[in-house]
Amino acid sequence: MKRRDFLASCAALAVAGCGEVKGAPLPPGELAGGNLERGHRLREKNFARPTEVRRVPVLIVGAGIGGLSAAWRLERAGFRDFAILELESSVGGNSRYGENAVSAYPLGAHYLPLPTRESRAVRELLADLGALQGDPHAARPSYDERLLCHAPQERLHISGLWQDGLWPRLGVAAAERDQYVRFQERMAEFREARDGQGRRAFALPAALSSNEPRWRELDRITMRQWLRDNGFDSPHLHWYVNYACRDDFGVGIGEASAWAGIHYFACRNGEAANAAADSVLTAPEGNGWIVKRLAQRYADRTITGALAFHIGQNRRAASADFLLEHENRVVRYEAEQLVWAAPLFVLPHVAPELPASLVAAARAGDHAPWLVANLTLAEMPSSGAGAPLAWDNVLYDSPALGYVVATHQRIAAAPGPTVLTYYHAFSAEPPKQARERLLNTPRETWARQILADLGRAHPEIGQVTQRLDVFRHGHAMIRPVPGTIWSAARQPLARGWERVHFAHADVSGMSLFEEANYRGVRAAEQVLRRLAVRVGTALG
Amino acid sequence: MAEQAAGAASSRRLQFALLASVFVVAACGLAYELIAGALASYLLGDSVTQFSTVIGAYLFAMGVGSWLSKFVERDLIGRFVQIELAVGLLGGFTAAGLFVAFAAHAGPFRVLLYGAVFAVGVLVGLEIPLVMRILKRDVAFNELVARVLSFDYLGALAVSILFPLLLAPHLGLVRTGFLFGLLNAAVALWALWLFRDRLARRTGLLAAGLSSVAVLAGGFAGAGQLTTMAEGWIYADDIIHAENTPYQRIVVTRWRDDVRLFLNQNLQFSSKDEYRYHEALVHPGLAGMAHARRVLVLGGGDGFAVREILKYPNIEAVTLVDLDPAMTRLFSSASLLRQLNGDALNSPKLKVVNADAVRWLEDHADAFDFIVADFPDPSSYSIGKLYSAPFYRLLTRHLAPHGRLVVQATSPFYARQSFWTVVATLEDAGLKTAPYHALVPSFGEWGYILAGREAYASPETYTVPLRFLTAQTTAAMFDFPADMARVDAEVNRLNNQVLVRTFESEWRHVVR
Ligand SMILES: Cc1cc2nc3c(=O)[nH]c(=O)nc-3n(C[C@H](O)[C@H](O)[C@H](O)COP(=O)(O)OP(=O)(O)OC[C@H]3O[C@@H](n4cnc5c(N)ncnc54)[C@H](O)[C@@H]3O)c2cc1C
Repeated sequence: MKRRDFLASCAALAVAGCGEVKGAPLPPGELAGGNLERGHRLREKNFARPTEVRRVPVLIVGAGIGGLSAAWRLERAGFRDFAILELESSVGGNSRYGENAVSAYPLGAHYLPLPTRESRAVRELLADLGALQGDPHAARPSYDERLLCHAPQERLHISGLWQDGLWPRLGVAAAERDQYVRFQERMAEFREARDGQGRRAFALPAALSSNEPRWRELDRITMRQWLRDNGFDSPHLHWYVNYACRDDFGVGIGEASAWAGIHYFACRNGEAANAAADSVLTAPEGNGWIVKRLAQRYADRTITGALAFHIGQNRRAASADFLLEHENRVVRYEAEQLVWAAPLFVLPHVAPELPASLVAAARAGDHAPWLVANLTLAEMPSSGAGAPLAWDNVLYDSPALGYVVATHQRIAAAPGPTVLTYYHAFSAEPPKQARERLLNTPRETWARQILADLGRAHPEIGQVTQRLDVFRHGHAMIRPVPGTIWSAARQPLARGWERVHFAHADVSGMSLFEEANYRGVRAAEQVLRRLAVRVGTALG
Repeated sequence: MAEQAAGAASSRRLQFALLASVFVVAACGLAYELIAGALASYLLGDSVTQFSTVIGAYLFAMGVGSWLSKFVERDLIGRFVQIELAVGLLGGFTAAGLFVAFAAHAGPFRVLLYGAVFAVGVLVGLEIPLVMRILKRDVAFNELVARVLSFDYLGALAVSILFPLLLAPHLGLVRTGFLFGLLNAAVALWALWLFRDRLARRTGLLAAGLSSVAVLAGGFAGAGQLTTMAEGWIYADDIIHAENTPYQRIVVTRWRDDVRLFLNQNLQFSSKDEYRYHEALVHPGLAGMAHARRVLVLGGGDGFAVREILKYPNIEAVTLVDLDPAMTRLFSSASLLRQLNGDALNSPKLKVVNADAVRWLEDHADAFDFIVADFPDPSSYSIGKLYSAPFYRLLTRHLAPHGRLVVQATSPFYARQSFWTVVATLEDAGLKTAPYHALVPSFGEWGYILAGREAYASPETYTVPLRFLTAQTTAAMFDFPADMARVDAEVNRLNNQVLVRTFESEWRHVVR
């Protein structure tokens, strides 16, 4: 690895050098996200008293995928009496998106793999949005072709060249490729594996997985340990698995639990009538297309700029106190049932009466920070030598995760300007330290690093980038390190807190669209049952 | 003592020199490979696989080379100099040679291309192990490997940065080739001087080195003329117009009464037989549509399709959407070209829109009785999308109730699978299809597909003046002989782009 690091930094210097010689100034842009002020306010607790009490049967706090999925489930049951209150000025949470004159682009989550057989609610949601045609629970449904990622889906920059697909092939010895095959066979076995009750070893949603110790034990060791124990030592295989973990969990194989790492490869069993099994659904705004469509439906019941700072409940109702930015005052909401769809680590700060077991559960697990940068380019990036530009473009020798092309799904005769979304998960250092670095580093420093990183594959990048906007996610993803997903301490979260139900991916211990959706739908069904609305379940 | 120190110093200098040469050698190696890949893409079309195959062949050849290096036993330095000169000459002349060979139709181009790539690869593969063995005497092995490899990487890195940024655009491929050839030769001369005490046949090598430099320098100086000359051969005829637009390179040639248009080196029409192509494109569909008033033409900035359409007095308005304003400007202003297209682009019935067809279709709601989709062949992923089911659904939204569209769909003879892929795709978009073909000598057997919500019947008579089509022969065009008959084909979807892959592999067998 040393030589590579050395080369990477040389390249960075070379590119930075080029830039400076030509005196090319850094492209302009904004630094957004990671709002520290609000966090401090929550800790200081110097809020005014409510000037008004509003009553609503069901209150949803937080409008990420979890909160929006809860709203979707309520409406499907014909129940429309809810309000959604969201802290930020726009909804979507980690699946938010931005837009400029060139294209819409993701600020966070950018794709959804074909939903698994067990992701029943995700399938129904997609059918409802017109993205899935026919019976949502068919083995191989059809998906809207405009949302299926157009070919070519991904490519990897390695040894100075681009190759198709992300499994490294250029310059990889036969012995290593044999390990690829063996690894994929092992993952296929895990994918098929079921216990005596017919539960899959690795299901998505994870809660539907078997609880037998032979698999749960994998949550005690790291993925790297598992690879070593099973005779996998190919450096390129390690790179690939490490990349997968960084991309999905924000932690590398040295930290991710083997259960989580294997889950990534083994849980996906979704198929399509009109696409290969490894296809993904995406749009210019990433998963923001789902946010956009759902948000429209509930716009009349949504309030943004609403900071929940106190949650409580008594025998009659649950209550939440909000600082409403637009009205510049404090309002109390009283609801029969409350869906907490904001991150769980926030809860102990705002709910002084939260029982100790739930406090401990909410605090178990920490979060990996992420940085997402959107580069607006005057023209398509040079394709480079080798495989042509794909949707997802990954650099082998990079601390980051590469970039996706926002205009990839566009049908156009001529290439034009575009937006590249660059992802960086801070997986190499302790989260707290990484978060401080993320929040204290100026945009210019990030911009220089990002341009140097991409410059190794696209020497012209500094010249064609017209804007470079940086978005920071301080607590992006819960880290599934050993002992997180299946820890006894976290189990009370699934039951909720009397009138308060939890609808966030944090509950699952893995930050995935399907988990957020499952938690949201599940919370909504608990609410409906409490309200004695007759419901079946969308969860199977 | 003093002597030892001097010895150590000179050996350090040697090491440094050899490592520097590794840098140059690696740089040259990658440069030749990039040049070959770029040239192949340039000459054989914007292929998606050109680079990958060139690179694959090159990596393989390097492996062969390093294996062969085992057999070099004596006189390592002498061999190193010889190989260096050979790489310089071979690599230096690769681009020029291939270009000329392509233009002069000298031999099977692909064989030459991969032959050259392979030979250069083998020689470059030989070099690094040789340098290692020369250095081995003075440096510990592990460190040696690390050092040599990092200089190897650095050299490659330098070129991968410089090539697209500076070299290819400013020097051109042919001249860049000579430049790297000169660098290789310079390394050889340098090694000759450094090791002057250890070499036996110095004078011979020196003479070879100096003449290589002379030849390569000559090539470097004459590269411009060479390129012009070879381009002249490619087009065979006089170039009467050449222009680079943001979208393509437009070249118009003329020889006696034959005028030809090339876009990115691909022949678009020859005035000798373009009427066959355009009559076949327009009339089988439009002749039976007495109710037709409004027609849309996508692509076809040369105005020939419009010329045919305007033969029908019932047509009131034609909209032509072509991306490249340079094309429509050229064909509406140059008198020779206006003669050819009957001045169609200046017709008061015509509206020219220079825009991306898809954008325009998405932004407008107009419905048309007849739509002509005359796009370039599906040789890249972005053009492949213009032959996909979602695009055809978009087109269908612009079809009037009894409307019909026609698609040019490459050759059912040379690219049979591709042609029927387009048919399957139109059917997947919910349209009834009527595929047909016509012989256009410049292109060979060419394919078209009519599609609409209703079934199609070929016209009983033609009421407008035609040079090629008759009602009888038109009916026969819808019959496909056995060697072009329908084959099972997958639908071209945006997420598989089978058409681009199929087209690529089918035309690979046709192009030399
Ligand atoms: C950079 C990045 C890329 C990702 N890529 C993918 C991907 O490609 N595919 C995928 O499946 N997953 C991806 N994810 C995971 C993503 O987290 C999930 O897909 C999903 O969006 C999580 O939704 P959620 O509702 O559980 O949480 P969140 O998105 O965290 O939603 C919580 C909401 O609560 C609000 N909130 C917080 N505090 C308060 C308060 N005090 N009062 C009121 N509201 C509050 C927040 O503003 C937010 O809107 C990515 C995540 C990141 C950060």
